Amino acid sequence: MTAGLNLFEQQARNRRLTVAWMALFILFFAWLGFGGDLALYLAAAARTEGQVPYHFPWIGGVVTVVAAITTWVSWRKGPQQVLWSTGAREVTTPQSFEEKQFVDVVEEMAVATGLPKPKVYVIDDPDPNAFATGRDPPSACIAATTGLLAILNREELQAVVAHEMGHVRNFDVRLMTLIAALVGVIVVLSNGMGRLLRGGGGRGLGLLGGRGRKASGPLLIAAAIVFVLWVITLILAPFISRVMAMAVSRDREYLADATGAELTRNPGALASALEKIETHEAPTTHIKEGAAHLCIADPLGRDVNSREGRLADLLATHPPMAMRITRLKGMAFQQMKAAGQLPTA
Amino acid sequence: MGIILFLVIVVVLILWLVGAYNGLIALKNQTVNAWKQIDVQLKRRHDLIPNLVNTVKGSMNFEKDTLDAVVSARSRAMQSGAEGGVKETAAAETALTGALGKLFVVMERYPDLKSSQNVRDLQEELSSTENKIAFARQFYNDVATGYNTRQQQFPTNLVAGLAKAEIAELWEIEDKAERAVPTVDLSLQKPQG
Repeated sequence: MTAGLNLFEQQARNRRLTVAWMALFILFFAWLGFGGDLALYLAAAARTEGQVPYHFPWIGGVVTVVAAITTWVSWRKGPQQVLWSTGAREVTTPQSFEEKQFVDVVEEMAVATGLPKPKVYVIDDPDPNAFATGRDPPSACIAATTGLLAILNREELQAVVAHEMGHVRNFDVRLMTLIAALVGVIVVLSNGMGRLLRGGGGRGLGLLGGRGRKASGPLLIAAAIVFVLWVITLILAPFISRVMAMAVSRDREYLADATGAELTRNPGALASALEKIETHEAPTTHIKEGAAHLCIADPLGRDVNSREGRLADLLATHPPMAMRITRLKGMAFQQMKAAGQLPTA
Repeated sequence: MGIILFLVIVVVLILWLVGAYNGLIALKNQTVNAWKQIDVQLKRRHDLIPNLVNTVKGSMNFEKDTLDAVVSARSRAMQSGAEGGVKETAAAETALTGALGKLFVVMERYPDLKSSQNVRDLQEELSSTENKIAFARQFYNDVATGYNTRQQQFPTNLVAGLAKAEIAELWEIEDKAERAVPTVDLSLQKPQG
């Protein structure tokens, strides 16, 4: 399948997927906003037998305004909030040899991508993990736990930083910040509208059917179906939007692995770094669920992330570690073959 | 009718000309900038070497040849960097990388040197700079290849003369030196524990 593709083909494929996912998110938003209006409109049409006066889609209007404002705020504040929630501290003057090496490696990867050097953060947590966040390359931040700095050698640390730098260069940090903002908005909207519906439930149903004895049949049925579908999506929205965010995040991990390998030309080092991280599977206590999709390995140590199959595909924020390691080893093998360095040659 | 068609064609041609010209200029500037990034890292390495030599000189009296080789490779590299072209600079810097690699291997034989915090920091600094040189070179080669391809491709090659585009020389290194680099990396692996 995709394991046979080269780096550039994988990048192109992942970019196409991202566009598709973003389109899906926007459609989902539009349905959340304007689906209710559609139900009301159809109900009004049923009552008046097609003679509907001008009807302003006020649910959609309010949702659009609220969503825009909330998204904007969490877009501006998101990266700082994530760093704050993990208790990360910025490294300006390295305190130890490990920190110095970390800063050096980040500088190296900035040179390799030709981008400005991201801000460097360290989290005091014994479990190895790392993540990148920000809105664009100039505002990007890379954070690693002290546990990661302790167990990896220089080459492996470089590979992990290259993976994170890949997230920065491919604008994954922007996409993930945006998606985190969107998921947050959907949760807020779903809660808010759920409350409104429960409060004004009688009125809503009244609009649909109360005086509708004389209404025409097919239109009323359509209105009822749209309304029921809309309420169901409203209830499921937080769950669905999280699943969508996770799917985007999983794709991005493969792409960042590929980009990291392209930057260091050393896929083997990332494979061995991932192996080391996996054997220290304890949960990263400092990283909460809100930042899980940003990390190089799932900080919550959940079982779904190590499995394959339908359910795991839905719920995991990361592709199975074994798959990632296999792909990287495949790249290392191809690289050695191209360089004529195979032991059998 | 004919005049309108003619005007449309002229406008489209002019728009394409402007776009192709500006694209080439942007790529040219990117290439120049990528080259400057290598230069920054090379200078950094030149500045670090006297520090390292002075620090280890006392403990490494017996290895005078190795130290001298590093010092003279450094001055040759600085000289060709100031006056030579891409090829000479590349050769001189590769020689310096090799000399440094030898020094690091020799340093492994002096346990008190290896355990000194100062030497460890300097070694980390130098190996990081070596890596930055390699990555800056990789980035420069990628950008320069993009620039070269664009100015040779049809139809952009028609504007290449107008934009004064010339083929950028890639920073290539000899096979022998390339193989020597991993030895350096091995000697620099972080001591466990």
